[in-house]
Amino acid sequence: MYEELILTVLMTSVPLVYAAIGELVVERSGVLNLGVEGMMLMGAVAAFGVAMISGSLFLGVLAGALAGMLTASLFGILVLGFATNQVATGLALTIFGTGLSGLVGAPLIGKAIEGLPQISLPVLSDLPVVGKLVFSHDLVAYGSVVVVVTVAYFLKRTRAGLVLRAIGDNHDSAHALGYPVLGVRFAAVLFGGMMAGIGGAYLPLMLTPHWAEGMTAGRGWIALALVVFASWMPWRVLVGALIFGGITIMQLAGQAEGWTIPSQFLSMLPYLATIIVLVLISGNREFALANSPACLGRAFHAGK
Amino acid sequence: MKKFIKMMALTAAAIGMSAGAAVAEPLKVGFLYLTTPGDHGWTYAHELARQEVQAHFGDKVETTFVENVPEGPDAERVVRELARQGNQVIFGTSFGYMDPMLKVSKDFPDVKFEHITGYKRSGNMATGNIRFYEGRYVQGIVAGMMTKTNKIGYIAPFPIPEAYQGLNAFAIGMREANPNAEIMVIWANTWADPVKEADAAKVLVAQGADVMAQHTDTPAMLQTAEKAGIHGFGQASDMKEFAPNAQLFSSVNNWAPYYIEKIEQVLDGSWSTGDGPNHWAGNTWKGMADGYLELTTFENMPANVKAAAEAAAAKVKGGHNIFTGPIKDNKGNVVIKAGDALDDGRLWSDVFFYAEGIQGEMPG
Repeated sequence: MYEELILTVLMTSVPLVYAAIGELVVERSGVLNLGVEGMMLMGAVAAFGVAMISGSLFLGVLAGALAGMLTASLFGILVLGFATNQVATGLALTIFGTGLSGLVGAPLIGKAIEGLPQISLPVLSDLPVVGKLVFSHDLVAYGSVVVVVTVAYFLKRTRAGLVLRAIGDNHDSAHALGYPVLGVRFAAVLFGGMMAGIGGAYLPLMLTPHWAEGMTAGRGWIALALVVFASWMPWRVLVGALIFGGITIMQLAGQAEGWTIPSQFLSMLPYLATIIVLVLISGNREFALANSPACLGRAFHAGK
Repeated sequence: MKKFIKMMALTAAAIGMSAGAAVAEPLKVGFLYLTTPGDHGWTYAHELARQEVQAHFGDKVETTFVENVPEGPDAERVVRELARQGNQVIFGTSFGYMDPMLKVSKDFPDVKFEHITGYKRSGNMATGNIRFYEGRYVQGIVAGMMTKTNKIGYIAPFPIPEAYQGLNAFAIGMREANPNAEIMVIWANTWADPVKEADAAKVLVAQGADVMAQHTDTPAMLQTAEKAGIHGFGQASDMKEFAPNAQLFSSVNNWAPYYIEKIEQVLDGSWSTGDGPNHWAGNTWKGMADGYLELTTFENMPANVKAAAEAAAAKVKGGHNIFTGPIKDNKGNVVIKAGDALDDGRLWSDVFFYAEGIQGEMPG
């Protein structure tokens, strides 16, 4: 029983990891994109539609990634090209994505598809306990860990990652040094969109194989909170997503077991945890400023 | 934010009006939807019924609907707007529209308000509902007979009277068929969040459930059941497509007879909420016998279970009161005495208990 519960926790965390790691890179470049929810929904509807028509779940995931990128490019053009307010544009992107995904998804209502074929590694997945927990997932789930590792390496160990962080911390200096501020930010925004799109695609392809309007149900916002929760550190996104998924599943399992704690209280635990972490982080000023991008949310004008 | 008002101006009516004076003004009827019909559940059923209303009355009636109306203060604005636009009948299709509608009803005494699933009425506000719990009683009997682990999962929405009616009717049916079966309840605190519903279903499967029922709206639970190779019941509309091997049957809401009956009453002037205490006469509450609640074909079950389900359905249609004592709660206290039965009023006030067979404590 516990094995299956842990498996559920892992699966429910996957979309959060994708969306949050994408947003983390965006924010590290100094851009705040509050449109994660909208991009996830666009990714979800495109992935489901394409998977249903083509019969290929791989193409579905690809379509989700592309749809997320396209949606994000809209945000990028407005925010970077026209220097619009990032908060307002991001919120508009969420509203736009919610509406548009509902519109294009209307013919998909009431249709179902099968889940991604799982790659079970022959010998390994037969191992007791570990086999089922570690080696019995779908490709996209493993991908989330790969992405986190890659992003962590990219930000910390590569020159390009350093440039991206420099742009996020001081776009004027980076510009003076000759780095293409807007170009790097646009690339980061596209990456964020792609990740949100894949995270969104995971919902109708793997977690619950049908399309429902607004099916992300706030997970995009949780991803945004996770970035802060992780204090802009890739590894902590993974930990945060697991804690979040863990508490979500725990409250469901607790109810079925007959715990007497009100379910409403348990439902709010993940959010409570985020607030507590935020308070702790901001209490320690040095820690808070250590990784938070100094130019987060500020528009860049090359002339100044 | 994301609500757009869709005007369903009938071409026929428009042509009729431009043609001249002989055509009577159509009766304008407004509907408030909680989501879009894209939920494939609750709102979808209302939309199907609205289309049937339009087809039934033709150009005598002009229907308008507003989608994505949040419960609470926003709803008041929408109800007021619909009334101002000249809608003479307004159907609010979610519980949370109750107080906003009641408030607006006082400002528009000539407009007829019909609130679905609520309990507050006035001189011009009536209520309507389906006896959903009747279907759940039949589900309970089938679940009790189908289970091998004697563990049945139940995903409940919010702790409101309707949810308790359903849960307890399910438990009563289940215990009639199988006195050893137990129900594990998860309150999802949502009507529709497919991922959360799927998570809840996975948790129930992990804890040994081999039959699951739901009072939430999406097919997520049934898909999980299908994948796990167990059984479950669909909610609000037929969900066979999502779970061809898992769905035992669905209880389908059919609002058309209610809408048509009420609009006919308005047209012929007989619409009334009575003037008794709480305007009880203004409550329309019907179930399987009147076609308000329909059960889909019984499938994926052995012949003896199917026969029992058919017998139970016939019994309910014949007027059997499911909440007939003696009924005990899960701590052994008698909550409905022998010889007593809950009438319609008490079904809203006296259902706050966990009937025998439901595990755990009621949410606070």
